Amino acid sequence: MNPKIDWDEELELASHRAVEATLARARRAGLVDVGYSVADSPVGPLLVASTRRGLVRLGFLEEGLDDVLDELADTISPRVIEDASRTESARRQLDAYFEGRVRRFRTSLDWSLSPAGFSRRVLEETAAIPFGSVSTYGDVAKRAGSPRAARAAGNALHDNPIPIVVPCHRVVPSGGGIGKYGGQEWRKEFLLRLEGALED
Amino acid sequence: MSLTSTSLPPFQRLLEEHRADVYRFLVAAVGRHAADDCFQETFLSALRAYPRLRDASNLRGWLLTIATRKTLDHWRAERRRPIPVEGLPERAAPEPDGGDRDLWNAVGTLPPMQRAAVIHRYVLDLPYAQVAEALGTSEEAARANAYEGRRKLRQMQEVTR
Repeated sequence: MNPKIDWDEELELASHRAVEATLARARRAGLVDVGYSVADSPVGPLLVASTRRGLVRLGFLEEGLDDVLDELADTISPRVIEDASRTESARRQLDAYFEGRVRRFRTSLDWSLSPAGFSRRVLEETAAIPFGSVSTYGDVAKRAGSPRAARAAGNALHDNPIPIVVPCHRVVPSGGGIGKYGGQEWRKEFLLRLEGALED
Repeated sequence: MSLTSTSLPPFQRLLEEHRADVYRFLVAAVGRHAADDCFQETFLSALRAYPRLRDASNLRGWLLTIATRKTLDHWRAERRRPIPVEGLPERAAPEPDGGDRDLWNAVGTLPPMQRAAVIHRYVLDLPYAQVAEALGTSEEAARANAYEGRRKLRQMQEVTR
């Protein structure tokens, strides 16, 4: 063995293995507050993050992985760790949804990123809009208890921490068109077409 | 959102950014064989304490402090273990870039605090303020330990020559 040549590479490998072993022990010891992974999807790579309570965040990755992880560390817990087993159920349902095998998500949700109040009620009402149908901003605002707060409802939907699963793409303007989408409009169109809610 | 020093980065990033430094320190301090175990213990302890950490300004120093404590634990446990008749157990690994095996064996014979001070100062090239932080001592004590450690190493080298 020639330590001079191999040391850096060996250190790299050995410390990497040590990291994996450490993470496995952290998961077994229940020390992961937020487990995340990055999953492929037809609308681009998705960050999937879950707490012990359920799915807490779904992110389109042009938001920047580091920014989303910083947000989770600041708002939930800094014990943010890559953990494919924690996110497995959510990822499997997302795959099934994109393949058209599933019309309703059955994963439990953690609403920690949406403090209770009007915004949370808007998102909860939105979660109840069935696959294949749409609702308007005004309707959702009304069901959330403030009939005239269509604009505020739009803002709440724009900040939806769990897009796709909480289907904010199913909320459209009353005047026609598909309206805005926090995660770029082409995705909203894609999702509505996938669900058959948009005529060609 | 106000960005204060208490804003802690996601633990995963901490792990990735500092794993090489911590591992390098541990290999130098306890040898390759024990480095893995000390590494895991270091980061698991760090993860347990992480949400309560108040000051995020020197996370590398914080991790090396924990790693130092783990090496001190390791050395104490080693000392209680009977020494095999045939040769001494590996105390310190050969120098990373292939250097002097005798020197590293000599480092292994230093008392724990001097050994840690010497490694932090001369292998990791940390300033004394950070050596002190990692050792959990004053800067003067860190200097004294590094100085005393180095003096002994010189002595040992003169004897073998």
